[in-house]
Amino acid sequence: MRTINTDIIIETVKEMCISANLFLAPDMEERLRQAAADEDGVLGKQIMNQLIENMEIAGSDRIPICQDTGMAVFFVNVGQELHIEGMNLSDAINEGVRRGYTEGYLRKSVVSDPLLRVNTNDNTPAIIHYDIVPGDKLTITIAPKGFGSENMSRVFMLKPADGEEGVKAAVLQAVKDAGPNACPPMVVGVGLGGDFELAAKLAKKALTRDVNSHSDKEHIARIEDELLDMINATGIGPGGLGGKTTALAVNIETYATHIAGMPLAVNMCCHVNRHVTREI
Amino acid sequence: MDSKTVINVPFERAQVEKLKSGDYVYLTGTLYSARDAAHKRLFDSINKGEELPLDLTDNIFYYLGPTPAKEGQVIGSAGPTTSSRMDKYTPLLLSKGLVGMIGKGKRSQAVIDAIVANKAVYFAAVGGAGALLSKCIKKSEVIAYDDLGTEAIRRMEVEDFPVIVVIDSEGNNLYETAVDEYNSSKNAR
Repeated sequence: MRTINTDIIIETVKEMCISANLFLAPDMEERLRQAAADEDGVLGKQIMNQLIENMEIAGSDRIPICQDTGMAVFFVNVGQELHIEGMNLSDAINEGVRRGYTEGYLRKSVVSDPLLRVNTNDNTPAIIHYDIVPGDKLTITIAPKGFGSENMSRVFMLKPADGEEGVKAAVLQAVKDAGPNACPPMVVGVGLGGDFELAAKLAKKALTRDVNSHSDKEHIARIEDELLDMINATGIGPGGLGGKTTALAVNIETYATHIAGMPLAVNMCCHVNRHVTREI
Repeated sequence: MDSKTVINVPFERAQVEKLKSGDYVYLTGTLYSARDAAHKRLFDSINKGEELPLDLTDNIFYYLGPTPAKEGQVIGSAGPTTSSRMDKYTPLLLSKGLVGMIGKGKRSQAVIDAIVANKAVYFAAVGGAGALLSKCIKKSEVIAYDDLGTEAIRRMEVEDFPVIVVIDSEGNNLYETAVDEYNSSKNAR
């Protein structure tokens, strides 16, 4: 049994919040640069060039890439042979968020109640998804999520007879409905299977995958590629003002489902698809 | 774009009619930040007949909630937020003198109608370019609703702030036309 103290978790989470909001992951940065070079839409090209310049200024001047530094979403894998001492793990993660968003000059975008809408002023509480896994490590992924794109996300309770075509049609419709609102070029996270809430969680998790990665299921990997082509054939383009890159990637995560159903969730993410993973 | 078109803001209504959907222009002058919570307060105040904390006449709202400024910075990251959330409040604000809005994304038909009726204009700034856009903001001061934090109303002096005219005073809507134009130019190639 390995033991770690929550002090190191707090410090790690704090650093992750700041880092995720200043620097895009290398796979995202590379994909954006490629898309800017390839763009043939007139406004689309100007917009892509602004996005590249923006990314460079963010890193060099340490200004958040986007002013919507997001709600802090975490995927945490807890090794079942790990002992955590100090404080409650969720409290420690929230303390890391509090320090990261305050000391890192990130925006406090969380209200304590959906209707009363009073800002908590420290960006807590975070949204934390836990998995218990083999081993004695703690693996934390943060995905700060902006709500311009989050608001354009959808859940479809498809039926078995809808099949692959139904999945593709629904994802494409969600992208078209999102249009300029979700700050294209987007990354499209898809959760297919499970039940109502698991599909949504898988869609969010899909956004944390490398944009160059594919599903390890052959038929799903094929659908990822085909959907990306279909989305980019819409011509929505950067900023929704016309161009060849509407999406940078389509990542699909799947799970077993019920004989009567085929839940599908589409989690939109803008080009500022932020995620950082650390293992403790 | 061969030459850079710089427009001083706020501007006269006559200037608005010269701005056409698809124009890529740079704004220099004064903008006010206002997003969800500030819009709700302004809307409620107007409906209650209360005095507003600023005169809307000929002014431009930038739908913005910036990140906090570090020492030595004017403002933090400062890109546009999604405009459609302001749609409920916008026709009333336009009728009270607001002349322009900067945001990103589609507007409702009611807003487009109000833009035409009031001879106003809707610009898009590039969503997710908050670090770049912050460099165009030379001064920033909270003038109302300080308690709203990032959602407070700020008066901002901007220089060469890049925007695209999306909906012009005749109701032409670039979000409706640009994608079709791109696709037909692609098919023609």
